Amino acid sequence: MLLAVVALLLPPGVALGQGGKVAVVITFKDDISTLDPAVGYDWQNWSIIKSLFDGLMDYEPGTTKLVPHLAESYTISSDARTYTFKLRQGVKFTNGREVTAQDFKYSLERMLNPKTQSPGPGFFSGIVGVKAFQEGKAAEVTGIKVVDPSTLQITLDAANAAFLHTMAINFSHVVPREEVEKAGADFGHKPVGTGAFRLKEWVLGQRVVLERNPNYFLKGRPRAQEIVILVGVEPSVALLRFQRGEVDILGDGIPPARFVQVMSDPKQKALVVIGDQLQTGYVTINTEVKPFTDVRVRRALNMAIDKRKIVRIINNRAVPANQVLPPLMPGYDKAYKGYPYDPAAARKLLAEAGYPNGFSTTLYANNTDPNPRIAQAIQADLARIRVKVELKTLAQSTVIEAGGTKGKAPLIWSGGMAWIADYPDPNNFYWPILSCAARGPGSWNWAWYCNQRAEQMAKAADALVRPEQAKIRAERFQAMYRTVMADAPWIPIFNERRYTMRSARLSGPTAIFVDPIHIPVHYDEVGLK
Amino acid sequence: MARYLVLRLGQALLVLFGITLVAFVITFLVPADPARMIAGQSATAETVQRIRHELGLDLPLPAQFGRYLRHVLRGDLGRSYAQKVDVAALLRSRFPATVELMVAGIVFELLIGLPAGILAAVRRDSWLDRTVMVGAFLGVSAPQFAVGLLLLYLVAFKLQVLPLGGYGGLSHVLLPALTLGIAGGGWYARVMRSAMVEVLTQDYVRTARAKGLPGVQVVSKHALKNAILPVVTMVGLDFGTFMGGVVVVESVFGWPGIGQLAWQAIQIVDIPVIMGVVIFSALAIVTGNLLADLVYPLLDPKIRYQ
Repeated sequence: MLLAVVALLLPPGVALGQGGKVAVVITFKDDISTLDPAVGYDWQNWSIIKSLFDGLMDYEPGTTKLVPHLAESYTISSDARTYTFKLRQGVKFTNGREVTAQDFKYSLERMLNPKTQSPGPGFFSGIVGVKAFQEGKAAEVTGIKVVDPSTLQITLDAANAAFLHTMAINFSHVVPREEVEKAGADFGHKPVGTGAFRLKEWVLGQRVVLERNPNYFLKGRPRAQEIVILVGVEPSVALLRFQRGEVDILGDGIPPARFVQVMSDPKQKALVVIGDQLQTGYVTINTEVKPFTDVRVRRALNMAIDKRKIVRIINNRAVPANQVLPPLMPGYDKAYKGYPYDPAAARKLLAEAGYPNGFSTTLYANNTDPNPRIAQAIQADLARIRVKVELKTLAQSTVIEAGGTKGKAPLIWSGGMAWIADYPDPNNFYWPILSCAARGPGSWNWAWYCNQRAEQMAKAADALVRPEQAKIRAERFQAMYRTVMADAPWIPIFNERRYTMRSARLSGPTAIFVDPIHIPVHYDEVGLK
Repeated sequence: MARYLVLRLGQALLVLFGITLVAFVITFLVPADPARMIAGQSATAETVQRIRHELGLDLPLPAQFGRYLRHVLRGDLGRSYAQKVDVAALLRSRFPATVELMVAGIVFELLIGLPAGILAAVRRDSWLDRTVMVGAFLGVSAPQFAVGLLLLYLVAFKLQVLPLGGYGGLSHVLLPALTLGIAGGGWYARVMRSAMVEVLTQDYVRTARAKGLPGVQVVSKHALKNAILPVVTMVGLDFGTFMGGVVVVESVFGWPGIGQLAWQAIQIVDIPVIMGVVIFSALAIVTGNLLADLVYPLLDPKIRYQ
């Protein structure tokens, strides 16, 4: 009755549209957190920050190919420890001031300063003088030198092939000192950068609106006039709004409950772009906890999991994995076959290791769907080789805490927590999550794995920094990851694929909707027909 | 009256302090490290330790609580770990939407619940009574996210007469408020009915009827005034709970209220925001109860506070 009255009062279409003709509209369930490039570090704000700020390096849109960006060119010294960047001329912050080398030094030191509470310093610990600066023993980072207003020089303790990638990640993006000081602690909500867009409006809990930066240094970019990011929209409601033409991109993806329906409707399926991402889902096997101290037991577990079945649980939105690196990552080993799915052989291995009747253990997993269902499938598979698994499905932060606590979590399913690469370099799947260097309380090396030989191999490969050495470096990493897999500290389960649903009115190459660096879309490259 | 007020205010302050203490201890005991959450995926243990130190999370519990309390008393609720904004600013930004949904929700509850309850009581044991009570039962038991999604689908998506969620003008608040009204209205109908049934058997009602007053007047003038008291209490309580946010309805409709803020903060262990919401909701509930108590004597001259 009431509804009927309301229906009469309101003409159809009242206040329904948000975007209009010039804006690309994107929805998210969760609020956007800070847009400070030194601080923001979640998959949602990551790409937004990339469109507001720039770094010395960047990636070719839709690819993992590293190219100079605010740097016009760079040279590497013969010992591969010193990088000299020549800056692009005439690049301006959106407040009108021209960018100089001093701005880069300021921005890096600001990010490294503990007061900033940045998650980023770990990526830059190889720069000379960072430690002394962080501990307050030096007023500046001696390894970052302003040679002249358009030349910046950075010196490393040791050669590191991934260094140029760190010059492309958000933490090293350039910020104007005067604006940071003016905004104080609120800079993350009043961002000023050099990017393709600038912040037009931010209504807490409702929307963030980006508008085109008319003075952006790359001609013809961005392609859209405005990006409207609506927050607080449930994925299922977002899909309804998408179907009604109010939304252009579902930031949280197609809701799992509606996935089959969308994909079986040819009209809707045509709007879905499928691509790979730099992600591996895996089970860590704590190499310090009995009986997993025995490599035979870890290998047996690797042979006991039916990965195809798990992939079906998530509607085939992934491909089964047999190694640490995802297929999209340079260094992925196409020739490597991995451990076969063979429960009989697994039982035999367990018997050899002294567990003919299996044993009991615990599997930790994140409690958000689909992770409990995946954990149950793993539990069922392990039961077939007589390994009795108790499940602990807990909040994300609790699982992360358990993983970083010595001797605590025997097995952890990584889904919903790890691991998506920070940059497209094979060493990003080694140093933070599998290395001896990382192993310790509070780290992400949940397998508590350490093999000194692998460590030396990774170090040697990282010393091959020149572009012409890229191929041999990738081969070295393949060999290193084979060594790791022989030790079986993980059970690689699958590599997730991305399904981006975009409205028919959007233009731009297909690759930008599944860009490996930008999620859910490369905002600079997306346009309207 | 004044003495009563002072007493009640004292009680309220004590309750608020207790809740703050308990909530603080609970967030302290949660086996999740906020510094780790801020630091994100790749941060080294060293970075996490630096962040922990900057936030003062490496201090012992009493020191942390003392510091927090001092700040709160100065009106400073701290800064969100995730959003890097003053918690007070976050609460302020959510306040208008919360109030709007609260008022609209209570209006719908009353619009649905009161007439239904009165009708059921007047036509006691009839088919009408049974239908209303079954309806109330269904309204109370139906999960709010299901009701909300159904309304969104039918009214907003199929009929296209109201917006598909979000915050804006009057048209945006109708569906979420109706969702609240369907659930709450069920409770109101039941409470209204039982209070009314009781009043209708009283002598003075019989007298009124014997005087020859029409049924409508007996119910609206004589019975309703006495039967409405429990409903006032319920409105007071709803005022409190709704101000603390209605997580499910706010999520389904994308309503930028306190509940949505709380839910997002809990997921990422954003302790200052969680604490801010707890203190704010506690304040709202205490205020709601106090208001209900103060409205009583206006409605019922028999009640006097000494």
